[in-house]
Amino acid sequence: MALSSSLENREFENRTFFQRNRMAIVPWVFLLPAVLFFLVYVIIPIFQSLWISLYEWDGLYRPDGTWTAQWVGFENYAKLWTDEKFWTSLRNNIAWLLLFMLAVPMGLFIALFLNQTVTGMRFYKSLFFFPFVISQVVVGLIFGWFYNPEFGVVGQIWKFLFCEEVINIVGNVSTRCSVEPPALLASEEYATYGIIAAGLWPQIAYCMILYLTGLNNVSPDQIEAARIDGAKGWRMLWHVVLPQLKPATFIAVVVTVIGALRSFDMVAIMTAGGPGVGSTNVLAYYMYEAALSEFGFRYGYGSAIASVLFMIMLMYISYFLFRMYQDERGR
Amino acid sequence: MFPKPIQKSGTLTRNSYNILVPVSLVIWLLPLIAIFMTSIRPEGDITSGNVFGVPSDFLLIENYGRVLVETEALKFFWNSLLITVPTVILSISLACLAGYALAIYRVPLPFVSSNVAVPLFLLFVAGNFVPFQILMVPVRNLTSNLGLYNTIWALILFHGAFQTGFCTLFMRNFIKALPYELIESARIEGVGEFKIFWHIVLPLVRPALAALAVLIFTFIWNEYFWATVLTTDESAKPITAGMESIKGQYLTSWSLYSAAAIMAAVPPVLMFFAMQKHFIAGLTLGAVK
Repeated sequence: MALSSSLENREFENRTFFQRNRMAIVPWVFLLPAVLFFLVYVIIPIFQSLWISLYEWDGLYRPDGTWTAQWVGFENYAKLWTDEKFWTSLRNNIAWLLLFMLAVPMGLFIALFLNQTVTGMRFYKSLFFFPFVISQVVVGLIFGWFYNPEFGVVGQIWKFLFCEEVINIVGNVSTRCSVEPPALLASEEYATYGIIAAGLWPQIAYCMILYLTGLNNVSPDQIEAARIDGAKGWRMLWHVVLPQLKPATFIAVVVTVIGALRSFDMVAIMTAGGPGVGSTNVLAYYMYEAALSEFGFRYGYGSAIASVLFMIMLMYISYFLFRMYQDERGR
Repeated sequence: MFPKPIQKSGTLTRNSYNILVPVSLVIWLLPLIAIFMTSIRPEGDITSGNVFGVPSDFLLIENYGRVLVETEALKFFWNSLLITVPTVILSISLACLAGYALAIYRVPLPFVSSNVAVPLFLLFVAGNFVPFQILMVPVRNLTSNLGLYNTIWALILFHGAFQTGFCTLFMRNFIKALPYELIESARIEGVGEFKIFWHIVLPLVRPALAALAVLIFTFIWNEYFWATVLTTDESAKPITAGMESIKGQYLTSWSLYSAAAIMAAVPPVLMFFAMQKHFIAGLTLGAVK
């Protein structure tokens, strides 16, 4: 007994380090490239940004390679507190968040509308999904033109409703409108809502596809059973179908919140934050504008804005992770 | 099935449904249809107010041809392709390896040996949801320190790294759902860990690879923010960022500008229609099957 165990021990020690620790090393070999890339480009930059937000820095280095940044502590955040543009951006972000949530019920509505087995339905479904596949840049361009008071679709419909053609004595044709067509994107008050409406277009399509796949999985037995019990319409939807769509709703809410807080492309393309003093700005765009300003880079201030946005996002991320962690433990 | 199958309703409901669907589709896609109509009109139509009516002349080939010849559009397209394809390969390769490790193994920390597979997994998931702006300054600096600023490699490396988060989430869940006995029995047969990955797991995850490939292709092709942060001129700009300079060139010409916008949207649209099933499987995060 003693002999054999010492023999095993010797054999054990004769194996190489790799052989002995194989099951501890192998997973790290698989993980290393991904972890390295992700650390360098995602995780570490988060902390660097939080750190840079405590400095004032124009992005330059001295000729000898040293950093030109000035430590200012929380001064950048104090400046934000009194920065009107920051508050406008924050307010607009909240408007985005609230109104973007409409994408979830609207997506559900379209999904219910299309959840039929009629010839050609697959084709219709994919065409309804179309807006999501297109780049937000292109969606922004399309709507920028759509809203144009002169050439755009909105302007044309307006003319049809409120304007009449007038021919003067000389024979020149002009249009006279009882109400001038709205220049939506030039209005400090309404431009943000115009952009949000444009952003909703692809987002509704996304929620719709989530619900369509969810509806495929709704158990027909339960629906039948509920039908026999006399449930239909709203009651059926609320008490029988929606509970089964919970996973779809969860994902739809998560991607919509993230989408609302990430809104950058549309604002950049449609108004570049204007009109007026950043009336359509959102935090994501204001950060970009401040950090890479034409009047000199303000990396510290920009990072402070980004950090605020990050903290807002972090609340949602933590909630999402918490849910996922519980699922993991439940397995 | 909910709502009630339309086949079970009366003829009137059925017929009106059959009409209502295409009509609502046209309304839904109105902005897109309108811009397509604009892109094939002569410029004169728009200035004279003919926005909805039949174009006075159909200039499909002329307008799109002019955009390709007169602008840098082709160069931008080429850049987009050069950025998108390597990104897809990089992020999916990294994620396959990482997803496999996180799904199959205990991942012990050195010396402590507590299993960090789940925390690592959650780290990848969390990073995936971070707002881009919090990464902007450090990534921009890193890129210029590496001497890659204003090259396609700036975007490939960043996107590759960032998308690894999403891809790892997806791959890990997919591999976790495979029957574990397959791997166990291979181990008993004495097959090495890398061979198990290559010969047993990889062939089984092909559908996941396809889903991720179409999805990441579309995401990266359509990406705009990083394209403006990490590139400045024609040599490296993808089409999304390039639209800005095309806009400058066609400031007054809506029809040519619309043609350019539509062209920018074509590759992801084709990709979507070709691989629809995979695309949707990817989008739903595999959570709603």
